[in-house]
Amino acid sequence: MPRTEQQHCLALDACTMKFGGLTAVSDLTIAIGYQDLMGMIGPNGAGKTTVFNMITGVYQPTSGSISFDGRQITNHKPHEIVAFGIARTFQNIRLFPSLTVFQNVQVSLNKSLKHGFSHSLLQGKKFHDEEREVRKTIIEILEIFKLDRMKDELATSLPYGDQRRVEIVRALATKPKLLLLDEPAAGMNPTEKIDLMRLIKSVKDLFNIAILLIEHDMKVVMGICEKIYVLDYGVKIAEGTPGEIQSNPKVIEAYLGEQVS
Amino acid sequence: MSELLQQVINGISLGSIYALIAIGYTMVYGVLRFINFAHGDVFMVGAFVGYYATPHIMPLVGGSLILAGPIVLLLAMIVCSILGVTIEKLAYKPLRFRPKLTILITAIGISLFLEFGGQLVFGPDPKSFPTLFLSTTLIDSQNLVLRTTPIVVIGTAIILMLLLRFIVMNTKLGTAMRAVSFNQQAASLMGININTVISFTFVLGSSLAAAGGILYGTLYPSINPLMGIFPGLKAFISAVLGGIGNIPGAALGGLIIGMTETFVTGYLSPTYRDAIAFGILILILLFKPSGILGRHEAEKV
Amino acid sequence: MKSNSSKLYLLAAIMVSLLVSFFQDQINPYYFQIVIYIGINIILATSLNLINGFAGQFSLGHAGFMSIGAYTAAVASSMLHVSSGNPTGFLVLPVALLLGGAVAALAGLLVGIPTLRLKGDYLAITTLGFGEIIRVVIQNLNFLGGPRGFIGIPKLTNFFWVFSVVSIVVFVISNLINSTYGKGFLAVRDDEIAAQAMGINTTKYKVVAFITGAFIAGIAGGLYAHFVSYINPQQFSFIKSIEIVVMVVVGGMGSTAGVIFAAVVLTILPEALRTVAQYRMVIYSLLLVIIMITRPQGLFGKRFNLGRFFSALRKLRVSS
Ligand SMILES: Nc1ncnc2c1ncn2[C@@H]1O[C@H](COP(=O)(O)OP(=O)(O)OP(=O)(O)O)[C@@H](O)[C@H]1O
Ligand SMILES: [Mg+2]
Repeated sequence: MPRTEQQHCLALDACTMKFGGLTAVSDLTIAIGYQDLMGMIGPNGAGKTTVFNMITGVYQPTSGSISFDGRQITNHKPHEIVAFGIARTFQNIRLFPSLTVFQNVQVSLNKSLKHGFSHSLLQGKKFHDEEREVRKTIIEILEIFKLDRMKDELATSLPYGDQRRVEIVRALATKPKLLLLDEPAAGMNPTEKIDLMRLIKSVKDLFNIAILLIEHDMKVVMGICEKIYVLDYGVKIAEGTPGEIQSNPKVIEAYLGEQVS
Repeated sequence: MSELLQQVINGISLGSIYALIAIGYTMVYGVLRFINFAHGDVFMVGAFVGYYATPHIMPLVGGSLILAGPIVLLLAMIVCSILGVTIEKLAYKPLRFRPKLTILITAIGISLFLEFGGQLVFGPDPKSFPTLFLSTTLIDSQNLVLRTTPIVVIGTAIILMLLLRFIVMNTKLGTAMRAVSFNQQAASLMGININTVISFTFVLGSSLAAAGGILYGTLYPSINPLMGIFPGLKAFISAVLGGIGNIPGAALGGLIIGMTETFVTGYLSPTYRDAIAFGILILILLFKPSGILGRHEAEKV
Repeated sequence: MKSNSSKLYLLAAIMVSLLVSFFQDQINPYYFQIVIYIGINIILATSLNLINGFAGQFSLGHAGFMSIGAYTAAVASSMLHVSSGNPTGFLVLPVALLLGGAVAALAGLLVGIPTLRLKGDYLAITTLGFGEIIRVVIQNLNFLGGPRGFIGIPKLTNFFWVFSVVSIVVFVISNLINSTYGKGFLAVRDDEIAAQAMGINTTKYKVVAFITGAFIAGIAGGLYAHFVSYINPQQFSFIKSIEIVVMVVVGGMGSTAGVIFAAVVLTILPEALRTVAQYRMVIYSLLLVIIMITRPQGLFGKRFNLGRFFSALRKLRVSS
C-alpha cells in the first residue's frame, strides 16, 4: 500500500500517565511518519520510558489515545501491539538470560509461525520446512549486525555493546513498522555511540521502518535524528529539527537546570 | 439464636489463632518478600513444647493453672523463637539474594523436614494436649455451651496482639522493622542492621505462632506432627486476605477465615472445611490481589 | 536428518517396551512394581518439568491432575470393560487413558486461566489449594467411592503401556522445547515483560504448558489406577505433588534428562531404604534444602542435556 508522507505511522493524542499522585507524562501529543527517524530527549525522570511503556501497552494511559498505522491501539495488550508492528528495546537490557543469541532472536519469530503447537509435537515436513526458514531468517539478520559468530553463546554473556545490538536484532525480528529504542547507546563510550547511531540510521533505511529513539545525551541524537521531541517533567517543552532544539531557550534551561543541580 | 452465638464464639476463637499465625507470615513477607512455608510447622512445634513441658512445669507451680498456663506459653514462645531464627540463619540467609523460587522450595523443604522429623521425634500418632488453662463450663443450656477455654484463647490472643502492636509501633527495633519492610535499601543506607531486623522479625513471628500452637492445643486438645499444615495454609490465606505485609490486615483476615470456616462447618458440611479457605484465596487473588487492607505494587519497567 | 533419527529412537523404544512386556511375568513382581512406578514417576516429573522447569510456572498441584486422570480412566474402563467384547479389549486402556488425560487437561484449563496471572509464591500456594480442592471434591463424590476410594479397577497397565507412554512423552516434550514455538515457554520463564514485548502471548503459553502438563499427568494417573487397581483421594494429596516437585528440582528444572534421572533415583531410593521407611520424607526434605542451598540448578543441572546425549550417541554410530 503506498503511503503518503502526511499519513502518520504513530500518533499520541493528549496522553497522560499518572502513578498515584505523580504525573509521569502529561497531555502529550506527538506524531511520527512512516519514514521518520525521531529522537526523544529529556533529563532524568522526564517520562521518556513511560511514553514507550504507554505505546507498547505495558501501561495503560490514564487518559488520551494512541493510534498506529491507522488503528486505535490504546488498551491493547503488549503482544497485540507487537503484532500490529511496534517493537522495542529496553533501557535496562532485558535479554532472555538462559537463551543463546540465536534463541533470543528465535523468540521473536514465534508470533509469525504458521505451524504452532501441534506441529512442534509431531514434527512433520511442514514443521521442518518452517523451522529451516526461521533459521535462515535469524542467521541473515544476525549477519547484518555481525553477531552471527556469537550466535550460540548465551546472550547475557556478551559484552555490553553486543547485548544492546542483540536487543535491536531481537526487536527487528518481529518485523516491525516502527522501532522504539530506549537509550540504545547508554553505557557506551563516544566512539561506540557514534558507530551505533550510524548503524541505527542504516537499519532504518535497510528495513524501511520508522524509528523513535530515546537518548539522554543531546549531542548523540543531533547527528542522526530528523526531528526531536523534548520532554521535561512529563511535559513536551519543545519539538523541531536539531538546529531548532539546540537554540531553544526552554531546552537549554531544562538541561542547564539539570547540570546545576 | 444461641446456636448462632455459639458459632460466633467458636469462629472468633479459631480466627484469633489463625490471626496469631497469620501475623508471622505477614511480617516475614513484609521484610523478606517471601512466604515462609515452614511457619505452620513452627506453630506445631509450639504445641508440642506445651505437650512435653507441662508435666515438668505442673509440679513446680504446685498444679496452679493460673501460673502453669503463662509459663508454658512463654517457654513455647522462647523455644520457637530460637527455632525460627535458626531456620532463618541456616536455610534462608544463604539464599537471600537468590531467585525467589529457590527460597520458596527451600521453605517447603524445611516445612516437610519439621513435619516428618516431628513424626520421627514425637511419633506420628495424635497426642492429647494437657489442660493448661482454667477450664470450666460457665453456661450449659440446651444449645449454648460456654466454657472458659474460648475466653482464655481470645483473651490471650488479644493481649499478645496488643503487645505486638506496642513493640512494632513504639520500640526502636519495631520502627526499624517497619522501615525495612517499607524500603529495605533505604533502611540499610540509614544504618539499620538488616540482619538484626530479620532475626527480630522471626523472633516475633515464631513466638506468636508458638502461642497459637498452645492455644490451638487448648481449644482442640489433640495434636500431631502434621497439625501445622492446614492451620498454616489457612493463616497464610488470612494474611493474603488482609493484605500481605499488613499486620492489622493479617489479624482481620484470620478472624474472617476462622468465622467462615466455622460457619461452613456448622451450617453446610464439615467435609468442605479444608477447601473453603482455598476457595476464598482464589477469589481474593482474582478480584483483589492486594487484599482488604494491602496496597498495590506495580512493577516498574 | 535429525528428526528422523529421533523418531527412530522413539520407535525403537516402543518396540523394546513391547518386547519386554512379553516377559514381564518372569520378572520378580516386587522389582516389576518398582519399574512400573519409575515409569509413572518419569511421566509425572517430565510433565511437571514442562510447567515448572520450562515455562517457569511453579505449580504445586500436580497430584490433583493425576487424580482426575486416575478417576476418569477408572470410571471409563469400568464402563468399557463391561460393555466391550474381548476382541477390542486391548483398546480399553488407551481409550481410558486418553479420556483421563482429556478431563485432566480440561481441569488444567479451568485452574490455569485464573491462577496463571499469579506469580511465584502465590501461584504455588494457589495451585496447591486447587489440588486440595480437587481432592476434597472427589472425597465428597459418592459415585467415586468418596473417602473409601474406588475399587476393582482392571489391572490393564503393563510394561508396554507405561514405557511407550514414557517414550512418547519424552519425545514430544523434547520436540516441543527444541522448536521455535517452544522457545516461547523459555522466554516466558526468563522474562515475562520482554517476552510480551517480542510478541509472545504469555498467558496463552502458560496455559498451554499447564494444560499439556495436566494432560500428561492425567495419563500417568490412569496408568497408576490400572496398575494398583484401587485408588483413594489420600493417594493424591499434596505430599504426592511435592514428591513430583522434588524430582523436578533435584533433577534440575528445565533439564529433561536430569529430571528423568532424578525420577529413577528417587523412586528406587525409598525402596532401597525400606528398612528405614519412616526416614523417607525426612531425607526428601533435607535433600531439597541442601540442593537448594548448594546446587540450585539441580544435581544434574544444565550440563546433563538430552540433546547432547543423543548427539553423542549419533556420533558413536557414525564412527563405528
Ligand atoms: N511503575 C511506576 N510506578 C510509579 N512511578 C513510576 C513508574 N514508572 C515510572 N515512574 C515514575 O515516572 C517518572 C518518569 O519515569 P521514566 O522512567 O519514564 O523517566 P525517563 O525519562 O525514562 O528517565 P531516565 O532518563 O532516567 O530513563 C519518574 O519519576 C518515575 O519514578
Ligand atoms: Mg528511561
